[in-house]
Amino acid sequence: MKNLDSVLAAYLAGWAIFFVYYISVAQRMSTLREEIERLKAQLTKGR
Amino acid sequence: MLKSALKATLLFALIAVTAYLAFYYAPIEKSMGVIQKIFYLHISCAFSAFVAFGTCFYANLRYVFTRAPKSDWLAVSAAEVGLAFISVVLITGPIWAHPVWGIWWTWDARLTLTFVLGLLYVSYLLLRSMIEEPDKRALFSALFGIFAFLDVPLVYFSIRWWRTQHPQPVILGGPGSGLEPRMRVSYLLMWGALTGLLILLLSARYKLEALRASVDDLRREAEVR
Repeated sequence: MKNLDSVLAAYLAGWAIFFVYYISVAQRMSTLREEIERLKAQLTKGR
Repeated sequence: MLKSALKATLLFALIAVTAYLAFYYAPIEKSMGVIQKIFYLHISCAFSAFVAFGTCFYANLRYVFTRAPKSDWLAVSAAEVGLAFISVVLITGPIWAHPVWGIWWTWDARLTLTFVLGLLYVSYLLLRSMIEEPDKRALFSALFGIFAFLDVPLVYFSIRWWRTQHPQPVILGGPGSGLEPRMRVSYLLMWGALTGLLILLLSARYKLEALRASVDDLRREAEVR
């Protein structure tokens, strides 16, 4: 079928953008959770 | 964490099913052929981006009147998620245009205003990254966000107001417009699935902003001691 490769490219690009964005949000959340744990430990030690 | 991973997996499976429907259930359009299948993703993402930017506009207005930090969190989350959706629109559009128009891009009203819309929300996020003081950052970006949203109705009505290379509307386009029933079902299911994705991304991004606020609070507490 003519242009099927373009259709597949469009869908793959779309899914890739959402997937990469979701992973980036998950990674940033994980970094912040680690930071919260570290700060809580630091505050507990200071008491 | 497991619950959100499960939700994400289910949603991606739903999106895969709707993509399957778009490819195999919806008929091939007569004049454009198989390339028209991009329509289902392209238009659904455009409408989802409008919903995200509309949410950002509402949250910005709310922030200006209430100064509630949660409104600011919602605004930045919606702006970022809307930017992801509009990026898909700006990438899938030229892929669709090239075989149909013979060109990847033209500076007509619809395309230019959509490109400007993307740039406005990139500027919104850049503005936020440049202001250190949280209250000032939230207020300035809320005011800029209200201004940025003015481009959304311009994008939507551009093909009705001006002659453009971009096709006339097939959805809510008035007499003579509309979709073949199987195309309509495929389109509505795809939009439904992408709205689910929008909610998932927005809620994850909002949680991220809430975590950031917790980190700031803990840092302040650590500094005081």
